[in-house]
Amino acid sequence: MTGALLAAVELHKSFGSTRALAGVSFSIAAGEVVAVMGPSGSGKSTLLHCLSGILAPDEGTVTYDGHELGRLPDAQRSLLRRTDFGFVFQFGQLVPELTCLENVALPLRLAGAKRKIAELAAVEWLERLGVADTARKRPPDTSGGQSQRVAVARALVTGPKVLFADEPTGALDSLSGERVLKAMTDVARASGTAIVLVTHESRVAAYADREVVVRDGRIRVSEWQ
Amino acid sequence: MLGIDTECIVGVMSVKHALLGLLESQSRHGYELKHSYDEYFTQDKPLNYGQVYSTLARLLRGGLVEESGVEAGAGPDRKRYAITEAGVTDLANWLTKPEEPAVYLQNTMYVKVVLALLSGREATAVLDAQRTTHLRAMRELTQRKNEGDLTDALICDHALFHLDADLRWLELTASRLDELAERVRAS
Repeated sequence: MTGALLAAVELHKSFGSTRALAGVSFSIAAGEVVAVMGPSGSGKSTLLHCLSGILAPDEGTVTYDGHELGRLPDAQRSLLRRTDFGFVFQFGQLVPELTCLENVALPLRLAGAKRKIAELAAVEWLERLGVADTARKRPPDTSGGQSQRVAVARALVTGPKVLFADEPTGALDSLSGERVLKAMTDVARASGTAIVLVTHESRVAAYADREVVVRDGRIRVSEWQ
Repeated sequence: MLGIDTECIVGVMSVKHALLGLLESQSRHGYELKHSYDEYFTQDKPLNYGQVYSTLARLLRGGLVEESGVEAGAGPDRKRYAITEAGVTDLANWLTKPEEPAVYLQNTMYVKVVLALLSGREATAVLDAQRTTHLRAMRELTQRKNEGDLTDALICDHALFHLDADLRWLELTASRLDELAERVRAS
């Protein structure tokens, strides 16, 4: 685990009688892109939720930048999620009533930034993701691929150290998905943001530096990297 | 170099028909053909001149191309080649005939998995090793695609989709290992 920005050790998590994680250890270095693969129901999303502090594991520890998430007070853990972590899901994360620009500016506004400063940053991130032309549109008036790139911009606008992406292209056609993945990984790599990329698709995992496979709540790390 | 041999991607394409296709738009010298072929169809391993001229000789013998002129110069005379009517027909037939769907690695992988189960080895390890190798090749292809032009993208996409199909099969087989193990050990 030396050099790990985020590390999980022996995570166990059950929902009722269903065991989602059965002793998972995982680590990711700063700026690294790691795909978490596995079939549906294998526990990969639960792993993402535990790594990001959304869920508390039943057993095991998650350490981020020297801090054990389970020992942090709730308020500090929430702050960490807003400042150091970014999230992209399959769909539905943008506020439909706001413009794309306002959506991207929102995390900065919630953190106390003035509107003008937040919107300037939002414009820059929309440009970096190649969707500057969506700034004045509302998400329902953009394509699925554009919406996801706006969502990536929103996730990265606060300069997170880790981006958690859960099936970010699962609802997109091949070409749109590819554009989102390329934009997301290019921009994250350029800004030194690590990505935990949850996917069941090998073509998506191929954008990562390495992959781990979760099956039946256990991780199978590739042995011949 | 890519983990997967890109010559194989192009190798499924007939050099003969590729040269015919390049000649259909205009007559060309042998060296022009070689450069056009390399530009459109290969990246890592250019076509060698010997293959260009031996293929042209076969096409000449078959009446699919003809010499359309010779330019004298300081060096050897430079022949131009043009496609014939028979060549156009042959090319059209090839272009419109679907390729035989190929069986890729499943047969070998199936044998490996069954033998692993029969011998009491961990069949999952066989599948995992293959997945790792496939994903490494896919990463390299994806990187090449992202750094290259549209031709690179199209060639790499084709290889990526085939590797993806193999990986889906590996994943499904991994999910069916218990069932397969029962059958293998019962027989």
